[in-house]
Amino acid sequence: MRRRNLFIQLGISIALLALLGLLINNLAVNLIRTGLGLGFGWLARPAGFALAESALPFTPSDSYLWALTIGWLNSLKVIVAGLVLATVLGVAAGAARSSGNRLLSSLAGGYVALIRQVPLLLQLLFWYFVAFLGLPAAPMGGLIKLSNQGIQLLGLNLSVEFCAVLVGLTVFTGASIAEIVRGGINAVPRGQWEAFRSLGLAEGLGLRRIVLPQALPAILPALTSQYLNLAKNSTLAIAVGYADLYAVSDTTITQTGRAIEGFLLLLLSFLLLNLLISGGMAAFNSAVLGRLNRSR
Amino acid sequence: MTVAILASDLVKSYTPGLRALDGVSLQVTSGEVLVVMGPSGSGKSTLIRTFNGLETLDSGELDVLGVRLDAAHEERQVRAIRRRVGMVFQQFNLFPHLSILENITLAPIKVQKRSKPDAAARAIALLDQMGIGEQAHKFPAQLSGGQQQRVAIARALALDPEVMLFDEPTSALDPERVKEVLDAMRQLAKRGMTMVVVTHELGFAREVADRVMFMDQGQVVETSDPQTFFTSAREERSRRFLSQMM
Repeated sequence: MRRRNLFIQLGISIALLALLGLLINNLAVNLIRTGLGLGFGWLARPAGFALAESALPFTPSDSYLWALTIGWLNSLKVIVAGLVLATVLGVAAGAARSSGNRLLSSLAGGYVALIRQVPLLLQLLFWYFVAFLGLPAAPMGGLIKLSNQGIQLLGLNLSVEFCAVLVGLTVFTGASIAEIVRGGINAVPRGQWEAFRSLGLAEGLGLRRIVLPQALPAILPALTSQYLNLAKNSTLAIAVGYADLYAVSDTTITQTGRAIEGFLLLLLSFLLLNLLISGGMAAFNSAVLGRLNRSR
Repeated sequence: MTVAILASDLVKSYTPGLRALDGVSLQVTSGEVLVVMGPSGSGKSTLIRTFNGLETLDSGELDVLGVRLDAAHEERQVRAIRRRVGMVFQQFNLFPHLSILENITLAPIKVQKRSKPDAAARAIALLDQMGIGEQAHKFPAQLSGGQQQRVAIARALALDPEVMLFDEPTSALDPERVKEVLDAMRQLAKRGMTMVVVTHELGFAREVADRVMFMDQGQVVETSDPQTFFTSAREERSRRFLSQMM
């Protein structure tokens, strides 16, 4: 038995090494054929392309490195805003689904069912071409000015592309978060609801102070993976022409032919971003569990 | 003598054709202790849970402290009742993530808008009354069942209720923990609290109850003073139940 296990492990190791060798060989062959070699000197050269939107000043004469940084910031902007909004939407929809109010719970149920059946890419294209580009050319609205040129919100100028990606990611991820929140809420014993009700506490207050804190341990692990999904799904921004990290990398690779270095940078950036997200959530998780353990 | 609870012809069914409450009428006067007894499934828990709107009614009329509760189950009216009626559950239902003190002060702060120090001082006084003043900063799971149930009583009392409902308060306790909870309830009765108590504790019923109500299959079989009920119950069903209990 032990012997057989050893053989299986040995076999898997050899197969993995062979695969790795094959990949490295391919890489070397390609590097020789293109005659480029592996290097990052090109990052300092001027990019030569313009970016539709940038959080910091950017002109085509700035370097590739700066262009990629701007792309990374654009990604970060849409991801952070998406995380916050998707959480708010998801918690609201999840709470609505487990509420006693039949209208609210069926509305939330319809939202979840519809959004989960349609591919994200289609939804992004819908928000971009139908919802936002379908707006009239002349701004309408007061506090929020809407037009097909962009959205003006309290002095904040948001491009149509940014809005389409943000709304698409928020609505899509919000539906999954809603299901996770609903599951967590349902895991809290009925007696807890009865106890806060019998004390005359309002439903919303009881949900916030009594039910949700107890649902958190069940919610957090699944929520983390939704957050990571949102970050990774943000690369679909290229479909609507939002200048996120992936879109800028794509242009850079096309212009310089530095596919290997480009993808390495891209992989590292997302690794860093997702490590930040999962690290933050892990810290939050252990803080929540710590408080719960203290109460045991 | 003012009427605290007046119910007439209450009907409630969870599954069609099976009535958990089958035309229950009763009256509880202020300052009275009414003990409700009966076999499991007789509808006694359902009955007292209608008194603070945790269960809705299919039909019938219910008047609690002058507020009408009926099949319409108006949210504002239900909330108004709950602020004046305290409830203690079989499973304690303390909030596990809040300290004992926070368990007790949450409702006074949020519902009655008391200041934090004021609510805390009152909570400590109530815990002292229950003989567990030193537990204020622990969490529920660090306490024994009997202590938890006394916290639950203090939590309900913190809103100065005019009526207290007890739904089998000692059924989930270890036998050696039952007395401390019953003692706390006895004290409460002595101070003139209006109480409706669902329990299987015959000793408590005999000693503390002003009246004993016996239920079976969603109906009130008989309501008697404890002396009569325990020595010469009027109904055959009551006598059979008592003979099984003793």
